[in-house]
Amino acid sequence: MIQAANTADGRESEAFLRWKREWESSAESDRPATTVSLEPIAPLYTSGDAPSQGKDSAESFPGQFPYKRGIHASMYRGRLWTMRQFAGFGTPAQTNQRFRFLLERKQTGLSTAFDLPTLMGLDSDDPRSLGEVGRLGVAVDTIEDMATLFDGIDLEKVSVSMTINAPAMVIMAFFLANAQEKGVDPAQLRGTIQNDILKEFHAQNEYVFPPEPSVKLVTDVIEYCCEAVPQWNPVSISGYHIREAGSTAAQELAFTLADGFHYIDECLKRGLEIDQFAPRLSFFFNAHNDLFEEVAKYRAARVIWAETLRNQYKATQEASWKLRFHAQTAGCSLQDRLPELNLVRVGYQALAAVLGGCQSLHTNSMDETLALPSEHAVTLALRTQQVLAFETGVTNTIDPLGGSYFVESLTQSMRNQALDYFDRIEKAGGMIAAIESGYLRNEIASSAFAYQREVDARRKIIVGVNAFEEGEAKPLELLKIEESVETEQCERLKRVKKLRSNEETRRVLDQVRKVASAGENLMPALLEAARARATVGEIMNALADVLGRYRSCMQ
Amino acid sequence: MTKLGDTANKRVVLAKVGLDGHDRGIQIVARGLRDGGFQVIYPGLWQTPEAVVRTVMDEDADWLGLSLLSGAHMTLVPRILGLLKEAGLEQVRILVGGIIPEDDIPALLAMGVSRVFGPGTPLSEIVDHMNQDLGPNRG
Repeated sequence: MIQAANTADGRESEAFLRWKREWESSAESDRPATTVSLEPIAPLYTSGDAPSQGKDSAESFPGQFPYKRGIHASMYRGRLWTMRQFAGFGTPAQTNQRFRFLLERKQTGLSTAFDLPTLMGLDSDDPRSLGEVGRLGVAVDTIEDMATLFDGIDLEKVSVSMTINAPAMVIMAFFLANAQEKGVDPAQLRGTIQNDILKEFHAQNEYVFPPEPSVKLVTDVIEYCCEAVPQWNPVSISGYHIREAGSTAAQELAFTLADGFHYIDECLKRGLEIDQFAPRLSFFFNAHNDLFEEVAKYRAARVIWAETLRNQYKATQEASWKLRFHAQTAGCSLQDRLPELNLVRVGYQALAAVLGGCQSLHTNSMDETLALPSEHAVTLALRTQQVLAFETGVTNTIDPLGGSYFVESLTQSMRNQALDYFDRIEKAGGMIAAIESGYLRNEIASSAFAYQREVDARRKIIVGVNAFEEGEAKPLELLKIEESVETEQCERLKRVKKLRSNEETRRVLDQVRKVASAGENLMPALLEAARARATVGEIMNALADVLGRYRSCMQ
Repeated sequence: MTKLGDTANKRVVLAKVGLDGHDRGIQIVARGLRDGGFQVIYPGLWQTPEAVVRTVMDEDADWLGLSLLSGAHMTLVPRILGLLKEAGLEQVRILVGGIIPEDDIPALLAMGVSRVFGPGTPLSEIVDHMNQDLGPNRG
């Protein structure tokens, strides 16, 4: 398993042979040397391991195809990554406050977390929403909530990300319609809507309609935004959740890119030109514990995307070839014992994301295994990014790990593993077939179980949990979501319904059904529905009448 | 006389109740319990309390394991316990896993939950707890 290091003429050098002898005769730890994805790692990497590349080849420069070292010529020397903390809880007014709190502390972009009912397309007063309103994110039922959410925030100056999938097109309509009502020029709107339904079927399970109609809705948003909101990222193709569900880094990489290719195929089928929409496809990756594996993953992602877009899809604009990504530190790595240690974990994970060249970053708060972030915890999380940016010096040079034998070897290995998975998905019948057969879910679940076995056997150590344990924990001051949030939000909803024209609501919902049945782009009808103060639940029900509801197969 | 043989006291219904779709944990527990010799029934996501209780009844389950990460446990658990009582199923042992604040654990135990397993619990701990519990006819 030890890689040979060859001299220029192919023979193993004296020095290498000596190292090999000394290594073999020294005691090795009984714990396997593997990444967090359980990939074995050699004790040493040498020039023999790094794939050969011409000294001045285009491949080795940032801002040049295939962008292994970064998508811009200047990277963080030109502009830092956006510090964008995911936030949301309770009522829109409460979340608006948290948004301002974060902007005051100099975060540079907004990111919106919605509650479970909203994520699943339910209104706050739906019986299934009982106990869930405002608990994991902000409750949004109508365009009025969108207005309150962004009250006092200049949408022409601040970019906004919204993390929502099954009802993404509805929330996008609410956001756009609200911006229009406030006199904001849509050409000035910058931001992202996650709108990545495929990974819901693989991992996060926040889907409502069956796979094929769901993908059509994703494509509607992409198509609409290309014209109407040109600076907007209409999709954030995500690996984060796939990784959180327990996949390996290679699976995260492969399945995310495969999802991206599927969306491209669907957009092309619809008659869009590749260069029309590809430049605005964006990505979202996990930043997990194993630093070098993560860096290799991001670099491999850029290379694969660039190669595929140029060589396979024949995109001609460089903007289409460049993979832009947001990263979030791994939620699944946080622990409830000794939660302050999460600050350390997040610090290392953020470092990985930055060494990997992310465009935008969210750092988790130390208390997130227990609750949504308190003000203190989220301040520390944001400040973690600021320490990284301003105190560590890692932003002084572009792709500092470039040329490392280890990192270049891992990058290539990651790329090869992903290509292998693309083949396997093909053989499984393509993306939709792979979803319906449970192939991707099974891969992820197997990885999750394998990792758990390692932890239970203490072959993988989690400090404070299965080793180095402490006794009584000092309690943290946690954010509490008041019971009154649910009542308050339901009251709000009641008032909106009272003030609107129910006749108009009925009309717009009929229109939604009509357009959905005709298979046309739903965005114009959704915008009308938004303006009529139709609710998320009403619109989703109207769509479900046409598209049906889905329950994935359970193994 | 208690049921003898290795299927006694070993039927488990695992349930995700409410809207939360995070199922990494419950899938791992399902595999771990199966490996531990338990018969596991997992009806999938988005179960209503009523549907869960129905499954427990239909499957003649000895155990019910609930996975709750969304903060709705103080609404959903009492509801399920109430429905189990109405159905004459008080003898079913309830386990709760997921994200449960420390402060809420005593209340849940007082309600009738047998044990709350937090994140980081090794699978063996769950299996051991269930194996050590001799069932309603212990004595």
